[in-house]
Amino acid sequence: MKTLDEFVVLFAEQLDETDPSNVTAQTKFRDLEEWSSLLALSLISMVDEEFDVTLKGDDVKNSETIEDVYNIIVSKK
Amino acid sequence: MAFLEIKNVRITGLATAVPKNVISIDNKGYDEEYIERFIDQTGIAERRGSNELTSSDLLVMAAERLMEDLHWEKESIDAILCVTNTPDYTLPINACILQDRLGLNRECYAQDISLGCSGWVCGLNVLSALLRDGKNKRGLLLTGDSKNTWGPGNNALLFGSAGCATALEYDPNSDGFKFEFGTDGSGYDAIIMPKSGMRNMKLDENSYKEFIDSFKEPNTVPDLKPIDIFSFSISHAPKSINALCEHFGLDYKACDYLVLHQANKKINQHIQKKMKMEPERTPSSLRHFGNTMAASIPITITTELKGKVENKKTNFICCGFGVGLSWGSVAFSTENLVISDMIEVDDNQFENLKWV
Repeated sequence: MKTLDEFVVLFAEQLDETDPSNVTAQTKFRDLEEWSSLLALSLISMVDEEFDVTLKGDDVKNSETIEDVYNIIVSKK
Repeated sequence: MAFLEIKNVRITGLATAVPKNVISIDNKGYDEEYIERFIDQTGIAERRGSNELTSSDLLVMAAERLMEDLHWEKESIDAILCVTNTPDYTLPINACILQDRLGLNRECYAQDISLGCSGWVCGLNVLSALLRDGKNKRGLLLTGDSKNTWGPGNNALLFGSAGCATALEYDPNSDGFKFEFGTDGSGYDAIIMPKSGMRNMKLDENSYKEFIDSFKEPNTVPDLKPIDIFSFSISHAPKSINALCEHFGLDYKACDYLVLHQANKKINQHIQKKMKMEPERTPSSLRHFGNTMAASIPITITTELKGKVENKKTNFICCGFGVGLSWGSVAFSTENLVISDMIEVDDNQFENLKWV
């Protein structure tokens, strides 16, 4: 299973307008200016491919930081 | 009973009828950037739709053409099954209206199933079960929706109107169908028309006004939870196909075509890539017809595979997934399949018919 750091990198790759160096485990991703439902789909899609875990809409909605998302993935593994 | 096998029944033909009227997103007053993004994400450039034609109108046209092309006498039809989310009336069911409009025997078994995206696969199961022992020999599966292309908000942009007829016949030499089905009703509100049944109807003996008000703004298209639908679809469709193949010892990569319910491009591409299937063997009708609900799988076969599958034995795996939430996968083979030319129906085709 990929580490939290690796997940942060994968997460940053989904973003178009945010500098990857500004993305950390503690980033509150839903506050990002470019955050949209389309990015949520990209995130779910990436997590499905990389972790074989299916996130639900509520999983994304109820997460504040990127680490929160990672912890949900771990709990579903 | 997630897995079912029904032998001795085969698909002999398919026909599709759509409204002649083409609805393009361009002429709806959206700006260019939105249109470009919408087509890129959904894969839907245009759809067919009509303010006049109902689902039974389209299904009559498809069924009549198919019976003609198969040289099937009306009297020989033993059963019809209609799968629609947009029946002409809530009461009575479409199948009764269709029995009469098609001039079928009064002894013909007729039933509706209210399912959408998984409906064609579920319909194949129910209808083939009625024919498997050979006492009833011919059936028509009639799947389709209409008047589903207009509504407040943007959801209507996804949906197209179509009626598809699928002919099934008893054949003691046929391997029949292998199925996998499942349901997750906890996602009932992911695709829902809240103002379509009794739940939100206000019955109040003291206030006729409140009762009338509760009917206002009825749904024409479903309310959608896009993220939940996406996550459901990309996980459950591959799981269902894999479960079907594992249970029956099939290899989906060895089939000729994997035909998926046409939800939208983002969902379908993800599934296709996850299954590592070539796009050529995962045909799509989204671009010109949109999401046609219970008609999506047969319209994809009739519009994208016509000319490619009729003259040889062809192995199909099809997967429907969506409203319910429910899903179904099926494996079957066709030989000498008849695919009728697509019928384009004029808005005024049935203007002389009088309806209650």
